[in-house]
Amino acid sequence: MISKRIIPCLDIRNGRVVKGINFEDIRDMADPVEMARYYNETGADELVFYDITASFEGRKLFTDVLRAVASEIFIPLTVGGGINSLDDFDRVLKCGADKVSVNSGAIKNPSLISDAAKRYGSQCVVLSMDVKRVNGKFCIFANGGRINTGIDAVEWAKRGEELGAGEIVLNSIDTDGVRGGFDLPMLRAIGETVKIPLIASGGAGKMEDFLELFRYDRIDAGLAAGVFHTKKIDIRDLKKYLYDQGVNVRFM
Amino acid sequence: MIAVVDYGVGNLFSLMSSLRFLGLECVVANKKEDLLAADRIILPGVGAFGDAMAKLVETGLADTIKELANVKPLLGICLGMQLLFDKSFEFGEHEGLALIPGLVVPLAADINPGLKIPHMGWNRLQIVRNDPIFRYFRSGEWVYYVHSYYAKHCSESVLGVSEYDIMVTGLVRSGLVYGSQFHPEKSGSAGLRLLKAFSEL
Repeated sequence: MISKRIIPCLDIRNGRVVKGINFEDIRDMADPVEMARYYNETGADELVFYDITASFEGRKLFTDVLRAVASEIFIPLTVGGGINSLDDFDRVLKCGADKVSVNSGAIKNPSLISDAAKRYGSQCVVLSMDVKRVNGKFCIFANGGRINTGIDAVEWAKRGEELGAGEIVLNSIDTDGVRGGFDLPMLRAIGETVKIPLIASGGAGKMEDFLELFRYDRIDAGLAAGVFHTKKIDIRDLKKYLYDQGVNVRFM
Repeated sequence: MIAVVDYGVGNLFSLMSSLRFLGLECVVANKKEDLLAADRIILPGVGAFGDAMAKLVETGLADTIKELANVKPLLGICLGMQLLFDKSFEFGEHEGLALIPGLVVPLAADINPGLKIPHMGWNRLQIVRNDPIFRYFRSGEWVYYVHSYYAKHCSESVLGVSEYDIMVTGLVRSGLVYGSQFHPEKSGSAGLRLLKAFSEL
C-alpha cells in the first residue's frame, strides 16, 4: 500500500532557505542544495520548495536552486510561490519540478487549476490553502497569509477538487511555527468534505504530533519546516517511531 | 550510450539528470539515427496513451523501436511501459507497440472503490521473478508511482508487483524489453540502482 509521507518544506528567498513564525519574522537558515541532500539521505518522501521572493532576480535564483536540486535529488519535488499562470507552471516543470502548487494565483483566477489540470494532469496540480479561524469560521488567506479573502476554507477545498486539483496542502496559520501540534479540527473539517489526498502543514513540534496526525486516516502526508531544519526532529528517527507505532511509512 | 526517446510527451529533465548522476552517457533522441547509434533505449512518457502512440507512429520512431527491440535493451517507463503492450483501453481502444503480450486497463475497475486513483506515491516493489535488473535491488524496497491504468494479462512477463488492493504490475520483461510502471528516476536510491542495473544489461 501507499505509504504516509513526510515532507520537509524549504522556503526560498534570494537563493537561501529561510523560516518564519506565524508567517512572519523570517530568518536565514541554510543552503538549499545542501539541505535537500541531507533530507534525501535521511528519508524525506518528497520536498516542497516555496519561492517567497517577489523580485525578478530572486525568481531567477529560485529556478537555479531548483535545477541544482533536481539534478541530484531523485524524489518528487513540489514547487510553489508566485504561480499565477500556465507559463509559471512551464517554467518550474522545465527545471525539474514534478508538481506545482497554486495558492493566491488560484484564488484570483480559479480556472488556473482546471487549465493546468487539463494540460499537465491533476497529479501535477496541488492546491495550497492558508487557513485561519476568523469568528469561529475557517477562512482562506491570500498573499502569504496577509489578506483575509473571506472565502470559506471548506467550500474552497471542495471547489479546488472539482476544478481538478490532485491534492491539497492545508496550512494552518493559527498553528504555524507554534509547534503545539497540527490543527486537527481544521484538517477534519476539510477531510470530511473532499476525497483527494491531503497534506497537513503547520504546528509540528514533536514526533507524537505526526502520530496523532496519521491516526486520522484522511491525511496522506505531514509537512513541516522548522522542526526539520533545526534538527529538532530527525526524519530517520521519526520514520522509525511511526513504523514502530504501526504507521505505514517508507522506512529504509 | 543510452538514447532517451523524445517524442514530445512529458518532461525528460529528471530522467536525463538521473542518468548523468550515475555517470552514464545519454542523449535525448528524436530521430531514427540516434536510436541506431545507441546501445540501449529508454522510452519515457506521461499523458494519454492514444496521443503518445500517435506521436510515436507519426515520427516513425514506433517502427524503429520495434525493429531494435530484439537487438538492444529497451526500458519503457510509466506510459512508456504501457506503450510496450498490445492494446490500451484509455479513452477508447488503442494499439500499442505489441512488444510484450498484455493489455492496459483502468485500475479503478479492479480495485476497492474506496482507494484513490491515481495510484500515486511510494509503494513496495515485491520481486516475483529474479532477473539481472534486480542486481542492486532488494525485494520490498520502495518505488514511486503515479498512474491510473495498469498492465493486465501479462503474468508471463511480470518481474515485480506492488500491492494496492490487488497486485499491480510494477516491472515487466520480455526478451530484451523491460518496462517499469513506477518512476525509477523519482524513486530515490532504489530507482537509481535499477537504472544502473539496466545500463549494465
